[in-house]
Amino acid sequence: MGLAKESQFHVLAVDDSLVDRKLIERLLKTSSYQVTTVDSGSKALKFLGLNEDEQINSNQPSVSPNNHQEVEVNLIITDYCMPGMTGYDLLKKIKESSSLRNIPVVIMSSENVPSRISRCLEEGADEFFLKPVRKSDVNKLKPHLMKTKDNNHQKQENKEASETTEVQPQPPQPQPPQLQLQQQQQQSNNKKRKAVEAEGLSPDRTMPRYSGLTAV
Amino acid sequence: MDSAVLQLQRQLSDYKSSLYNEGFLDDQFTQLQQLQDESNPDFVVEVVSLFFEDSERLLTELTKTLDQQSVDFRKVDAYVHQLKGSSSSIGAQRVQRVCIYFRNYCDEQNVEGCLKCLQQVKNEYTLVKNKLETLFKFEQQLLAAGGSIPMQ
Repeated sequence: MGLAKESQFHVLAVDDSLVDRKLIERLLKTSSYQVTTVDSGSKALKFLGLNEDEQINSNQPSVSPNNHQEVEVNLIITDYCMPGMTGYDLLKKIKESSSLRNIPVVIMSSENVPSRISRCLEEGADEFFLKPVRKSDVNKLKPHLMKTKDNNHQKQENKEASETTEVQPQPPQPQPPQLQLQQQQQQSNNKKRKAVEAEGLSPDRTMPRYSGLTAV
Repeated sequence: MDSAVLQLQRQLSDYKSSLYNEGFLDDQFTQLQQLQDESNPDFVVEVVSLFFEDSERLLTELTKTLDQQSVDFRKVDAYVHQLKGSSSSIGAQRVQRVCIYFRNYCDEQNVEGCLKCLQQVKNEYTLVKNKLETLFKFEQQLLAAGGSIPMQ
């Protein structure tokens, strides 16, 4: 199994505006993030392996999250005002999903509405950016990204490990990938099986193995 | 040769300054330029082209929507909101400003006011489009003469 390059964080950007998608993509790429852009909340959920009307929870052996398994997303940044599913709706769905809720979510909006901002933050958004988004905003993403990847790549990325505190116990952060793994145990997928086996060996050494199969 | 390059550089920077001074462009345009580099040398032109395409689509839709017997102001507002957003994202300040007034008329469900704003936004759009195309032309001339575009 080829170890994919794990040095890059993968950000999913959601915006119905073509111009803004182009802009956010460039901004994120200049910070050396890998970027996927989609133009709607429903496409975002699809990409994340979550159907709009279903939710993946740890009780169900899931069928669809192959997508999620293979494509790890470290942060979601979404516009607020979108037709159909707003950024707020998307945020809620992500936070309601046991498999996705630990992914940091950032909301962008062209309108400075204090009640909107606090509503989003209360719902679990990690940041709220006013548009047009600038480089200085994108620089604020790093700590949020480090939070999630830290446990995944302790062994692999010494730099990351040294930058963040390693005292964080396993349960909170790596929950989503682990849940996914447990769900997938029945599935015939060697990589996943190896990750599960590795998990049994040493609790905080599993992440590097697991992460090897998630990156694109 | 050098003096030709210098002249072109001066022409470009003077022109650019005038666009800022006259309010056609604001700092966001500078931000765009700073995102351009050797690995993405056409970034600004690409984003601006998207803005042109998007704006033309929106202006067409706005014209159609405001031409209806019974105007759907929610639709008008949605289009103006989009136009406001994209003009703001590229730094087309004057277009963005008209959009703000435009939305106020939408809220009031004032067709006359909306039609006036539509005309105004079309004018501003045409102006900034011409200005930007001229700017890009100056840049091309400078590059062709062997010069490089100074970072703002």
